[in-house]
Parts: sequence; structure tokens; C-alpha cells
Amino acid sequence: MLLIHCPYCNQTLPEAEFTYAGEAHIARPSDPSSVSDEEWRDFLFIRTNVKGPHYERWRHFHGCGRYFNAVRDTVSDRFLITYKTDDPRPELSKLLEKSK
Amino acid sequence: MTVLTHAFTPGPIVASGPVKLTLMAPVARFSLRLRAANIPAVSKAIGVDLATTVGARAANGTTETICLGPDEWLIIAKPDDTEKLVAACADVYASATHSLTEVSAREVTVRIEGERAAELLTIGCPRDIDTIPVGGGCRTVIDGVTVVLWRDAEQSFRMDIWRSFALHVIDLLCTGCKEFAAE
Repeated sequence: MLLIHCPYCNQTLPEAEFTYAGEAHIARPSDPSSVSDEEWRDFLFIRTNVKGPHYERWRHFHGCGRYFNAVRDTVSDRFLITYKTDDPRPELSKLLEKSK
Repeated sequence: MTVLTHAFTPGPIVASGPVKLTLMAPVARFSLRLRAANIPAVSKAIGVDLATTVGARAANGTTETICLGPDEWLIIAKPDDTEKLVAACADVYASATHSLTEVSAREVTVRIEGERAAELLTIGCPRDIDTIPVGGGCRTVIDGVTVVLWRDAEQSFRMDIWRSFALHVIDLLCTGCKEFAAE
């Protein structure tokens, strides 16, 4: 079982308490009626499907209930970092440097 | 399956062996949500501290609070204190906005105690029980069911279980007790 660090509880806890919630940093258009059908389709359905470090959302469902962001390597399942939703997107080069 | 709280009769479930299970008497339960700035005012109104670390508890007499999330608390009180607590919170509502919801009928509580109580929990709870301090607690999962676990002593726990899942979780705990007894 994966161990995931919840940035709100500040504890590293078993995966069974968490749920996956899709790719992170996808902002809903502020004025949906002004975007084209293609842009709206991209917002709803088109995802990057990364092989390697992936910015994604998780929810501490059986715990504090909060959504947070994580960078996880989709090949090795290793978490590079987890951070609060309002924290800035961490730079990948620095994360990879740190994980070496 | 819907099971109402009055279908549960408080009393011993497993009375002998290395772990004892007891269904506890009903208590008043409230879910409290509020922003950090309003913590002092609401805390003063209910007369109990509201800890800001997830999993930390506070108590004053029979009223207890536990912090379940960054902006969420669970309050446990004597059933007789319900009206007093609701009125106290309503009085500070204008200056300290919050959400107080009575959820007394949502859960039943099981006391789990005895020399192997912590070990019994590992039958369905993936969290490392040793990381829960005495006098602390957490919301966690047991066999797919969300529960609130309170650690009152090294080998004494309370588990708040949503009523419709309670029969399943209690059954699971009984199975664990039988396994201990069979050793």
C-alpha cells in the first residue's frame, strides 16, 4: 500500500484513506458561455496522460476530507511531493533534483 | 440498508476475553464548521477549546471536541445539553459566522477496551494505531467505512460509526474477538 503525506493533517497515512481525483491545475473558464465548444471540450475531457511525473489531485476522503495536489511518477508510483491546493505549482526540475 | 439509531440497545457486545466491546449510550453530536478567525468566539460560547491541529481533542466536563479537518470539528455532549449548546452558538452567530449541525442520530459509539484493543483494530484499519496518541483521535477508515476513533487510554478506544454501517463494523470486530478467544 502506498503511503501518502496529507499536507493538511501533516501526517503520512495509508493509501486506503485517500481517493484519486484526476489531473491538477485545470482551471474552469471564468466565463463558460464565452468559450468555444472546442475549448470547453478540452476543459472537460482532454488530459495529458503523462508517463512519468504527473501533477494530480487527491482527496483525504476518510480523514480531513480535503483535496490537495501531488506530483506522482506514474511509472514508479513514487510521490515526489504533496502540497496544499492554494500553494503554487512546484517546478519539476527542482523536485527531480531533490529526489535524486 | 437503513438502520435507525434506536434499533441499537446500549450494553455489552463482547463481555469477556482480551478485548471487550460495549455499545455506549446515545450522546448529542454536532458537526461544526467555521473559519479560523471565529474560533475564539465560538469556543468561548460552547465552553470548550477548539484545537487547530487535526486529531487533537479538548474537553470540559462532559462536552468534548475533536478537530477532524482544518475547518471541521465534532462536538460530543450530554443529550440534556443540546438546547443550551445550540442557543449559545446562536447567540454569537451574528459576529462569528459558523455552521453547527446536530448529527446525534447519525452515529453509534462502540467502546473497545482490553489488553489487545489496539491489535483488534488492525483487523480493518490500515492506519498505524501506535501513531494515535492517548487523548487524541482521528477520522479514519475500517473495512471501507469512515469512522471517528478516539483513543482514551493506551488500550481503550471509542469508535463512532455511521449507523447504517455499524452492524457490519461491529460484526467484524466480533469476528476479531472470536479469533483472539480461539488462540
